[in-house]
Amino acid sequence: MSSIASVQPSAHHHDASHGEETGVWSWITTVDHKRIAVMYFVTATLFFLMGGAEALLMRIQLVGPERDFLSPEVYNQLFTMHGTTMVFLVAMPMAVAFFNFVVPLQIGARDVAFPRLNAFSYWVFLFGGLYMNSSFLFGAAPNASWVGYSTLTSATYSPGLNVDFWFIGLSILGIASIAGGVNFITTIVNMRAPGMTLMRMPLFTWMTFVTSFLLITAIPVIAVALIFLGFDRVFATTFFNPAAGGDPVLWQHLFWLFGHPEVYILVLPAFGVISDVIPTFSRKPLFGYPIVVYAGVLIGFIGWGVWSHHMFTVGLGPIADAFFVAATMIIAIPTGVKIFNWMATMWGGSLRFTTAMLFSLGLLVVFTVGGLSGIMHASAPVNLQQHDSYFVVAHFHYVIVGGAMMGLWAGLYYWFPKVSGRFMSETLGKWHFWTTMIGFNLTFFPMHFAGLLGMPRRIFTYSAQLNVEVYNQLSTVGAFIFGISGLIMVWNLVKSWRSGAVAPADPWGAPHLEWSIPSPPHHYNFPRIPTIRSREPLWDEDERREIEALTLTEPHEEPVMPNPSYWPLLLAAAITLAWGLVMTGVWWIIVLGLLPVTFCVFKWAFEPAFPEGH
Amino acid sequence: MPEEIERGMAPIQQLRSRFSGLGMALLLALSATACGDDHPQSTILPKSDFAEIIHSLYVDIFWWTMVILVVVWVGIAYILVRFRARKGDAKPRQIRGHLGLEIAWTIGPALIVIAIVIPTIQAVFATQRPVSDDAMLVEVTGHRFWWEFHYPEEGVTTANELRLPVDRPVSLRLGSSDVIHSFWVPQLGGKRDVNPTVAVREGQEPSYNWLHFTPLETGVYMGQCAEFCGEAHALMGIRVVVEPQADFDAWVGRWQAGPGQAGPESVAADTPGPSGGEVRLAAQKEGETAEEQVTLGRDIFLNQSTCVACHAVNGTSAEGRVGPDLSLLGTRTTLGAGLLENTPENLVRWIQDPQGIKPGAEMPGTEYALAVPRAGGTIYGWPATGLTDQQVHAVAAYLSSLQ
Repeated sequence: MSSIASVQPSAHHHDASHGEETGVWSWITTVDHKRIAVMYFVTATLFFLMGGAEALLMRIQLVGPERDFLSPEVYNQLFTMHGTTMVFLVAMPMAVAFFNFVVPLQIGARDVAFPRLNAFSYWVFLFGGLYMNSSFLFGAAPNASWVGYSTLTSATYSPGLNVDFWFIGLSILGIASIAGGVNFITTIVNMRAPGMTLMRMPLFTWMTFVTSFLLITAIPVIAVALIFLGFDRVFATTFFNPAAGGDPVLWQHLFWLFGHPEVYILVLPAFGVISDVIPTFSRKPLFGYPIVVYAGVLIGFIGWGVWSHHMFTVGLGPIADAFFVAATMIIAIPTGVKIFNWMATMWGGSLRFTTAMLFSLGLLVVFTVGGLSGIMHASAPVNLQQHDSYFVVAHFHYVIVGGAMMGLWAGLYYWFPKVSGRFMSETLGKWHFWTTMIGFNLTFFPMHFAGLLGMPRRIFTYSAQLNVEVYNQLSTVGAFIFGISGLIMVWNLVKSWRSGAVAPADPWGAPHLEWSIPSPPHHYNFPRIPTIRSREPLWDEDERREIEALTLTEPHEEPVMPNPSYWPLLLAAAITLAWGLVMTGVWWIIVLGLLPVTFCVFKWAFEPAFPEGH
Repeated sequence: MPEEIERGMAPIQQLRSRFSGLGMALLLALSATACGDDHPQSTILPKSDFAEIIHSLYVDIFWWTMVILVVVWVGIAYILVRFRARKGDAKPRQIRGHLGLEIAWTIGPALIVIAIVIPTIQAVFATQRPVSDDAMLVEVTGHRFWWEFHYPEEGVTTANELRLPVDRPVSLRLGSSDVIHSFWVPQLGGKRDVNPTVAVREGQEPSYNWLHFTPLETGVYMGQCAEFCGEAHALMGIRVVVEPQADFDAWVGRWQAGPGQAGPESVAADTPGPSGGEVRLAAQKEGETAEEQVTLGRDIFLNQSTCVACHAVNGTSAEGRVGPDLSLLGTRTTLGAGLLENTPENLVRWIQDPQGIKPGAEMPGTEYALAVPRAGGTIYGWPATGLTDQQVHAVAAYLSSLQ
């Protein structure tokens, strides 16, 4: 701790970028994981505002019964795009922003294993998201819900372009996720600093590792389902067509076989964040480190065996229902163990309530509610009443906002000084936190009651006879408070990026390697790669001195970093174009669309990755 | 940093006091939930054996989760107060774990999980087998965006309003003609998906989903489709009328007798064209009896319009099976699948402009045609009915008279 003040002259902030290009072109061609992280975060935040606006329009419609502020068709498009956007364009890529920025720094690497592939992931994500949202320009946004159940999505019952935009957009986005997963597994396996054994990795890196395996195993499952759906729609195959002996329930199995691991793809990164944040602001190491790691891995594994708890109403029979009840309940145990370990980490500590810490505590308080309502409908008979009602809407917002997003916002306040070299405003941060807590709970807690009183989800209006107006009014008021909290966050980001208080290398007294280098880091991260001897290297006086002798110095010679490249962007654009042409339904146009893809792959393959001579 | 944190605390204090007010409001809301005959679609006011099994299980699990919630929340609250940083804090003891604690908080939740799983699995099996062998069978078919109910033993077909005798076990066989729907009448039990029937080879039985329950109290219960099925999904309501066996039997008797024959004999078989109808309706305004208007409406419905292409009325030549069966329409409480109160005025509005009332409804209006997709990918086109206002009034009078 003694060295914090001495090592980081604020002047360094301004020349940290020496040797690094600036300007728009440098961002477009960048392969630097830190810049890609920033682009991921900014893009996901813009999509977050968009998904939030969609939610607010829905809340205006639902403030009273039998209102006609929105037509049913527009409402159906909005709730479909809200769900699709928040899962695939906000929660996932925002987590990937943190993977990108933090993981190489936490393990002592100069970049990820495949820098161009990393840039490619970002551009595919951006183009996939823009492609899907461009549907609004045609008045044909996806309108068959984010789960897209067959046979509603068939060409018969959804003849327009709406579902084409949806299945093609998701197919494109899946490419980004799989490439990202491969990249981070390779990075974490191969590029750790000497001495950083697996069981010395910070929890955030661990959870990135587990999440990456879920990405490369779960995304292909939905890819298969989407390709089946595409063939059914475009070439009139019959995978899901009951009239020809196809089974619409097959879609549900494939979707949820992806969909449940997806829940952990969203939540485990947040668990990783707060497993780093809570020890830092408790000044105590994580309680039960190996147990927390194993619990995360176990959740990742069991997460594969519970998908049919989304399908208790489908009619799979009592034996299947009983199995999935038991499997689902079992997953509650490692989740509970994690919560108890976080509490034990704080026990006996010296707690500092920074905004990052507040959001971590918010996760503990709020996510617990979502976990417990989850136990309720993990019971198959109870599920028959709660499934597809507002009770479930309340539940998964408590899990995804209360779990995933709270954790990511904790991460934002925690790592922002490392990204930008400046603190985020704590005053605005606390406004952000408390408006989030109030707005979020006021929006989603009353939904439990609306659901128990029989209000189904995915309805553009409800009968006055249900007598659930008061809960909907509370939700609408809460949603606008929650919306304001998002604007406070954006304002804080912009203001702090420009003029926040200058941050030193280790502003929080944190234990991990990313805090041993300047804020913001050099583009090559580590002048020289340190050797690690413990789980909290910066909390050991001797080890810290050794590390900082290597990380806060000038390199012997400038490390060789990969070349910038525009081929990732062009390949991503070509892939988006090729997939988009599937909409035409003309086979030779679709085949022609593969030519630019082939060309870009070829050019990429023969482009030197490093400057000549290296 | 520290002074910035200090400044940040002021708004927190304000918001905290507001937060406690919110907690009070939520408590009030919760108590309002408890008393509730004014919540006709409530999941927590069970009126069947099936719903009661689910509700008692839900209540058990609710209390278990409250125990966990209190432990976690009180624990966190205590920790936040007790261990907050104070000036001059020494470095806390660096404790890395405790095997006994880890075992304890693994086994504790595991025991609660077992206490939940065992009754859950018992309930799974209890609710998924027929209540009894002599249960009344009803074949439920989901259509976009209405419900068809067929009683094979009684030979009765009706729509949107299911009639059941009280205290008699019933088995609903669920199938869909188009997309996936879900049959949900919360007070009578949980929902079950209404899946399209998958085609099977000759000689094989197609598989269906079932709901088995015994309604325990007379009354009208509200429900609605619970699986998103397209544009008018929100307006795909269900009413279940649970009545004494005698009333049910009387209703079946009236249906079987053929309500279409109950009215006056047709006078219009030889009346040509719509113009004749207009003349008569003009006369009605000057004092023609309601009975004559019904007769006229019957004639328009059966002989001078496209109504019968889709609709059936038992005992008449109307045998269309595309849309809801209209025999005994006058006995139903609602129109448009639970959407409108069943009054002659609403029936007139519905016949004139079903799309305006229920966007997505697969019924043409008096002035517009409609294209409707059918399973297998064909598109059916329905022309506008072209009925005049007077004709619509007459048809509505006729349909309302079917009781």
